[in-house]
Amino acid sequence: MNEIANTPASSVPLIEVRNLVKHFGPVVALNGVSMKVHRGEVMCLLGDNGAGKSTLIKTLSGVHKPTSGDFLVDGKPVAFATPRDALDAGIATVYQDLAMVPLTSIARNFFMGREPMRRFGPFKFLDLDFAERVAREEMHKIGIDVRDPGQAVGTLSGGERQCVAIARAVYFGAKVLILDEPTSALGVAQTSMVLKYVNQVRARGLGVIFITHNVRHAYAVGNSFTVLNRGKTLGTYAKSEIGIEELQNLMAGDKELQLLSDELGGMV
Amino acid sequence: MAKSEAVPVAERPLDERLKKQSVLRSFLSRPELGAVAGTVLVFLFFAMTARGTGMFAADGVLNWITVTAQLTIIATGAALLMVGGEFDLSVGSMIGFAGMMIAIPTVYFGWPIAASVVFAFCGALLIGFLNGVVVVRTRLPSFIVTLASLYILRGMTIALSIFFANRTIVSGVKNFAGDSVVVPLFAGKAFPGFFVWLADAGIIGTLPNGQPSVQGIPAVVIWALVIALIGHVVLTRTRFGNWIFGAGGDANAARNVGVPVARVKIILFMITAFCATVYAACQVMEFGSAAADRGLLKEFEAIIAAVIGGCLLTGGYGSVVGAFFGALIFGVVQMGILFTGAPNDWFQVFLGLMLLTAVLFNSYIRRRATGER
Repeated sequence: MNEIANTPASSVPLIEVRNLVKHFGPVVALNGVSMKVHRGEVMCLLGDNGAGKSTLIKTLSGVHKPTSGDFLVDGKPVAFATPRDALDAGIATVYQDLAMVPLTSIARNFFMGREPMRRFGPFKFLDLDFAERVAREEMHKIGIDVRDPGQAVGTLSGGERQCVAIARAVYFGAKVLILDEPTSALGVAQTSMVLKYVNQVRARGLGVIFITHNVRHAYAVGNSFTVLNRGKTLGTYAKSEIGIEELQNLMAGDKELQLLSDELGGMV
Repeated sequence: MAKSEAVPVAERPLDERLKKQSVLRSFLSRPELGAVAGTVLVFLFFAMTARGTGMFAADGVLNWITVTAQLTIIATGAALLMVGGEFDLSVGSMIGFAGMMIAIPTVYFGWPIAASVVFAFCGALLIGFLNGVVVVRTRLPSFIVTLASLYILRGMTIALSIFFANRTIVSGVKNFAGDSVVVPLFAGKAFPGFFVWLADAGIIGTLPNGQPSVQGIPAVVIWALVIALIGHVVLTRTRFGNWIFGAGGDANAARNVGVPVARVKIILFMITAFCATVYAACQVMEFGSAAADRGLLKEFEAIIAAVIGGCLLTGGYGSVVGAFFGALIFGVVQMGILFTGAPNDWFQVFLGLMLLTAVLFNSYIRRRATGER
C-alpha cells in the first residue's frame, strides 16, 4: 500500500509553508504554522476545534492572505489574490458541505465554473453531451454507477458527493487536493468509500492534505501527520514514528485528556 | 495493490433497492410539468364553459394571447432571477418608471422618441444594477431591498408625473413620435397582409368596416416569444445559465468552483429591469401615454407565473418554458372569466388557489429531484 509513499517522490515539496501567521484584527488565528506535502503523499492535518484548521485551508486555497510567513508551491514563493489563482496553480479544495449544488445535475455540477463549450456560428453553447459523457466516465472510474448524469446531485449519498467533488478536482488537473473534513458527516461504509478513493488519488501521484479531527480516519490513509494546536504546529510525524494513541493524545493536548480521564475515572 | 481499489461497475451487483427510472418518471421531475398540466386543464375547462362566447374566435384568442405575452416578458426575467436565488419586487414600479423615462423627455424636453427609449433602457439597466449591487454587497434579502425599490420608484413615478404634467398621466406621446420606427417596433402589428388574406378567405371574422377582426400579430407577442426563447436558451444551454443554477442552488459551492456569483446576480437584476422596460415601451407606444399606476402589482403576477412554472422560491431550480406556461394559464383564466361572464373577483380567488397548488406541487417535485424524504 505504501510503495509510493516510501519512495521519496521528489525532494521539492508540492506545497510548503513556513512560520505562517494570520491575524484577523486583534485575533491571532495562525501563529507560526509549518508543514509540507509531497507528491504521492497524504498529509493529515489534525487539530481540535479552534486549532486554526479552517484558517489554514483558506489561506492555502487563496481565500485569505497570510499576514507573514513563507508559502511555496513547487519551491517557488506564491501570493494568491483569489481562490481562482490557487486553482490555476493546481491547488483544489473540496469543502465538506459546500462542494456541490444539490438541485443541479451531476454533469452540470462536474463542470460548474469550467463549462465545456461548443461553437455554433457566432455563439458558444454548453456542450451537455460531452459533459454528461465525461461525468459518467469519471464516476464509473471511481466505481459509482450513474444511470443518468442528468439526475440531481441531491440524489447521491454524502460519500458519493465527496467522491464526485474529488473526481472533479482530479479531472481538472489538481496537483494538490485539500480535503476539508471529507468524512466527518459520513457513516462507516461511506467513510471507507471516500478513504479508498483518497488512497487511489494519492497512488496517482497527487499530494493530499486531509483535514480531520478523527484520528482513526487519518491513520487509515495518512502517510504523515501534522498536529495543529492553538494556531501552531506541534510537529509533523511519519506514520512509522507515531502510534494512533500518541496521535490522539497529542491532538487533544496531553494534560487536558489526562485530567478528563481522571475525572471520569479512567473511562476515556 | 492501489490499482485494484475501484470495484469495476459491471461486477457490482445491482442495488436491489434502486428502482429503474422510467421515461415517465424522468418527465415527472421536470420543472415545467405542473404548468403544462395546469395549462391543459385550464384549456379543457374553458373549452367546455366558454364555447360560443368568442373566446376562441380570432379576436378572442388575440385577447388572451396579448395578456399572456405581456406577462411572459416580465415572467421570463423573474424566472431567471428566481433560479438565481433572488426576487425583484420592483418590477411593477419599474414598468411605471420606465414609461415616464420614455414619455417625459419626449413630451417635455423635445427629445426624439428613439432617444427617450434608449434613455429609458439605460436608466432601467442602471436601476437594476443598483438593486443587484445593494443585494450582493449588503447580503440583505432581495425581498427587502427590492421592496424599498418598489416604493422609491413608484413614488418617483408619481412625483415626476405631477411635476411635469400636473396629473398622474403624461399623454400625447404619439403627437411627438412622428413616424419614428420605435412606435411600430413596440406597438406595430406583424403580417397584416396574412390576416387580410385570412379574413378574405373567411377563416377569421371581419369587422363591419370590412377589416379583418385581427389586423396582425401585436409587437408585444413577438417581443414575448423572442425574450422567452432567448431566456430559455441562456438558462439551459449557456455557461451563464449554468452559473445561474449554481448561484441560486448553493452560492457558496458555486463560488468555491470559481463562479462569479455576485456578477451573475447583478446581471440578473439588470435583465429583470430590461424586461420591465420592454413591457413599459409596448404600453407607452400602444396607448401614447405613460401613467403613474402602470404596472401596479405586476411584480406579483410575474413571480406567480414563475412559481406556477416550477421555479422554487429558494432558487436553483426552475425554467423559462415553465414561466411561459404560467403566464399562459394566467392570461387564459383572466380573459376566460371575462368571456364566461363570471364575476371578475373570482379570478383572484382562482389565482391564490393556483399559486398554493403550484407551490405544494413544486416542493413535492423538489423532494423527488433531490431524493429527500
